[in-house]
Amino acid sequence: MNTDNTQNTPNPENPEQAEDGAPRVENVNPTGGVALPDLESFRKRLVNRQRRGSIWARFMSLSLVVAIVALLALAYNIVDAAFGYVLTENVIEPTEVVEFVLTDVRNDTTTDPATVDLATLGASELAAVLREYQEPRLRVYIRDFLSVVPDDEFTQAPIRESLAGSSFRGQFADLTINDLDAAEWTLILGNNIPQDRLVGLVRTEVIGERILETWSLTESVTGFAEIDEARVAAVEGQNPNARLEFRSWLNINFLISPMSTNPAIAGIRTALLGTLWVMIITVGFSFPLGVGAALYLQEYADDNWLTRVISTNIRNLAGVPSIIYGLLGLSVFVIALEGITTGRSILSASLTLGLLILPVMIVNSQEALRAVPPSVREGSYGLGATRWQTIWRSVLPAAMPGILTGTILGMSRAIGETAPLLALGASTFLVVDPSGPFSRFTVLPIQIYQWTSRPSDQWRSLASAAIIVLIILLLSLNAAAIYMRQRFRRKLQP
Amino acid sequence: MESEYGAENEQSPPAAVGRQPGPVAAIRMRRDADLAAALRKRPRVGEMIIRYVLLFCGLVSIFTTVGIVIVNTTTAIEFFTVDEVSPIDFFTNTVWRPAAYNPDATYNPGLIPIGVLPLLYATLFTSFIALIVAVPLGLGSAIYLAEYAPERVRNTLKPILEILAGIPTVVLGYFALTFMTPLLQAIPGLNVQIFNMAAPGLVMGVMIIPTISSMSEDAISSVPRELREASYGLGATRFESITKVVLPAALSGLVAAFILGLARAVGETMIVALAAGSAPADLLNNFLNPFVAGETMTGHIARITGGDLPYDSIQYRSLFAIGLTLFVSTLALNLISQWVSRRFREAYE
Amino acid sequence: MTQNGAYAIELKDVSVYYGDNLAVDKVNLKIQNQKITAFIGPSGCGKSTVLRALNRMNDLISSARVEGEVIFREQNLYGPNIDPVEVRRRIGMVFQKPNPFPKSIFDNVAYGPRLLGIRNRHDLSDIVESSLKGAYLWDEVRQDLKKSGLALSGGQQQRLCIARTIAVEPEIILMDEPASALDPISTQAIEELMKDLVQNQKFTIIIVTHNMQQAQRVSDYTAFYSIRKAEETEGKERRWGVLVEFEPTRQLFESPKSEETERYIGGEFG
Ligand SMILES: Nc1ncnc2c1ncn2[C@@H]1O[C@H](COP(=O)(O)OP(=O)(O)OP(=O)(O)O)[C@@H](O)[C@H]1O
Ligand SMILES: [Mg+2]
Repeated sequence: MNTDNTQNTPNPENPEQAEDGAPRVENVNPTGGVALPDLESFRKRLVNRQRRGSIWARFMSLSLVVAIVALLALAYNIVDAAFGYVLTENVIEPTEVVEFVLTDVRNDTTTDPATVDLATLGASELAAVLREYQEPRLRVYIRDFLSVVPDDEFTQAPIRESLAGSSFRGQFADLTINDLDAAEWTLILGNNIPQDRLVGLVRTEVIGERILETWSLTESVTGFAEIDEARVAAVEGQNPNARLEFRSWLNINFLISPMSTNPAIAGIRTALLGTLWVMIITVGFSFPLGVGAALYLQEYADDNWLTRVISTNIRNLAGVPSIIYGLLGLSVFVIALEGITTGRSILSASLTLGLLILPVMIVNSQEALRAVPPSVREGSYGLGATRWQTIWRSVLPAAMPGILTGTILGMSRAIGETAPLLALGASTFLVVDPSGPFSRFTVLPIQIYQWTSRPSDQWRSLASAAIIVLIILLLSLNAAAIYMRQRFRRKLQP
Repeated sequence: MESEYGAENEQSPPAAVGRQPGPVAAIRMRRDADLAAALRKRPRVGEMIIRYVLLFCGLVSIFTTVGIVIVNTTTAIEFFTVDEVSPIDFFTNTVWRPAAYNPDATYNPGLIPIGVLPLLYATLFTSFIALIVAVPLGLGSAIYLAEYAPERVRNTLKPILEILAGIPTVVLGYFALTFMTPLLQAIPGLNVQIFNMAAPGLVMGVMIIPTISSMSEDAISSVPRELREASYGLGATRFESITKVVLPAALSGLVAAFILGLARAVGETMIVALAAGSAPADLLNNFLNPFVAGETMTGHIARITGGDLPYDSIQYRSLFAIGLTLFVSTLALNLISQWVSRRFREAYE
Repeated sequence: MTQNGAYAIELKDVSVYYGDNLAVDKVNLKIQNQKITAFIGPSGCGKSTVLRALNRMNDLISSARVEGEVIFREQNLYGPNIDPVEVRRRIGMVFQKPNPFPKSIFDNVAYGPRLLGIRNRHDLSDIVESSLKGAYLWDEVRQDLKKSGLALSGGQQQRLCIARTIAVEPEIILMDEPASALDPISTQAIEELMKDLVQNQKFTIIIVTHNMQQAQRVSDYTAFYSIRKAEETEGKERRWGVLVEFEPTRQLFESPKSEETERYIGGEFG
């Protein structure tokens, strides 16, 4: 392609060029007899030229097809790993556990154990199950879940200190944990650990589901024979209890269970809560700043050097790689301001992400403010409103739908960000629910990164289930943005 | 109330003659007894405070930039001074292995090779692969959308590109590692490692298609209609008009789009962090081989900060030297892109 | 008629510039209290500019600059230390295109009183009701004050804007072609309303209009503006507006003093 052509060479006013163009053949041969074959060849060439054009046009539409195919491949790839057969084995079957509870705890021999779900058992019943199957480890559970003293002091400290905040019988207060017996440990467990945690504990510690092998959805659909062979081989070999089951890795337990080293029971509870916390604080931080900056630039600033510097700067910040924000957050929020943020906390993550989406928030808010017709401002000033009164009572309400839509779009940018949080030092293995801005954190994308970077298929399946959750969150955010825009529009302009 | 009003009315006779003052006028009339005073400009303290608060909000973005620059340069300077890494060595040494640093030993270029070249090379190489994918595809779809697609088709296809643009990059990293790499490995005759630069490069290419496409489409649609018509008038086919007239005219806009796409690829982290591996590229034995692992600058920062790194160490400081390199190069790319596209716009406005 | 000090507002040598361009040159006017004064003249002669100078709306245009004096109850509105916000609270404005806020009818009318700190719901309701009655809109909207102001017809919207303005009880109401975007019936309603505002509600109104019948129908006084041109170098033209004639309306239309006025009202240009 001739770059000299840029801008002015294809000059419509140049008549010579017109004769230089395609129909030259006719001009050179004005007489009929000779012109005919030439006209013929011109037509032929024209057909060729047209054909070449349409081939290229097809290629161009193909580029979009490639993009669509890539999207479809992505969707397929995720769904493929998120569902499929798994070969699992339990150390103890859940029905056996339920049966134990029915017969030994409830003295109920008539109910069929298969009809009772493990998750519906009461806390004290679950504690009894733990005692039945894992009696030597009861103290470990108490230490892990309830102890408030350092692990090495746990066995020597009086219960009054080690279990401060938990409920136990008064006469135990001065004894140590080793002075009690199994029945009393069971009582402490059942009285203090929430039921859903006990269910998880029983699942991991008693039932001990293990996933032996995983198949993708495609394999599950097309190659059941091989899968069954693998099952038979397992049952006849090392794993007599192995069971084949079709598993949706995305399920309720996945959503409500914390991270675990056992992929069979690992979930995204902590990451979801972390994402929720981080998003709330991020928006709480960047919404006022973003709207404020947009108001300043749009409603107050004169066209002076400072304004220009701010605008240029915002434009360039939008192009800074997100990992750089991570380095900023690491050295400012995590290290320098550790006294305020307590280091690698939800607060540090939120502030970093807040700065990251600030340019988007400002630009979107500016656009929303620009869309407010000047007549709204004039009307308000004409009634004797001051500048801020005009902004607060007229301009902002009119711009709000646009601002909120922009905010949601900023949120959907933040919710998928991984790199800066990785750089901040998001926790890679966190089982405790975040309790506030100063908790250590993990978020959904970090969890996805973690699981993806592990080599086995089981973790990949977990990653894809988490991806589905993330994408559902994103889609709902966008749907909310669209819905909000329309609802406001209907309210204001019937 | 009545009498008050009556009394004051005499001091300001013309205004309210005959009109029964309503509640608002009543409030005001009391003040308007001394109209000069009532009209006098008083400092509206609240308004002023608000103005400065808003100005502060605007300045936060400046603080952010200043913060980024200061944080990266100071730590990078420490890296070059405290750790005594020579900048020349940093930018020319072909091996990267700061992990071999022993806190007791002093820095020794032979023992602790600390050249950023392998990381820079992997960054540029993956980005280059991305551009090879994204330039034809992004440009092709832009031309199709701007010149060929009927309105209805455009309205359905553009959201698809927007969805593509909105996918979190960690998801694309997953895609590169679990789909693209196995796909490449399935090609007979290629010796593709599990971690390689080709797969993340290709996926980054898909990632920047929307960026390139939408910017290119803007550039193409802002070429004046007359140019096109002139070309048709000379007997050119639609395709010929596009390649010989429209694209050359839009060239600088397109270049701006490609550069911006490049900047995004250079700064992209998660795709390469997941799929390009954690070993620095081996410049000496495997130069320009896309099927071997090569950690990029971004991937390296993410991996090292993600681990438990001591904050007072050469590794920590080296990250900021890399960060500064990264920041400066993406900023330069963005500025060039803006400059080129501004020149393009000036040509037509 | 003219008593000492009975002018609503008085312009002394008022010139307005946009940047370096003179838009209106040295206007001198004395607007009568509780009358309707009409500004007429060809497009671009600066009618709106003068009107906006009266309540300092021009301050919102950063390039605009006003010279001369605007005397309002013995105060020069362009004197030092005058707060434009306070000025606008006494001299209200209604615009060409109806511009209700995207709020309910009630909130539109209550906007001004709320600015002045009236919070009491009961008081606000009273003000809204009397203002809407004053703007002849009450009967049409009393059922549904919560409806968006934008849901009304064009004519109703303009009356809502008038109601909004009279709710703050300004001493003078400026109207810039208030009926030009409306159909004939709505126009008639607005004209009736203006007369009522002046005769019964004792407001002073200044109205810009392109419609000379309208000026004759509603106004007591009419100011006619026109354009002056001067050649500059390179064939460039400079144009600015001047006040040509200011008389009681009937006199201006029946026996104009200036030939230019005569030609204009005779429909020869403009
Ligand atoms: N905001 C502005 N900036 C610069 N020049 C302006 C501005 N507003 C008006 N002008 C100029 O001032 C002159 C007078 O304009 P103005 O709007 O007052 O005229 P007008 O008599 O109201 O016209 P019309 O009858 O069309 O409303 C015009 O030449 C116009 O171009
Ligand atoms: Mg006008």
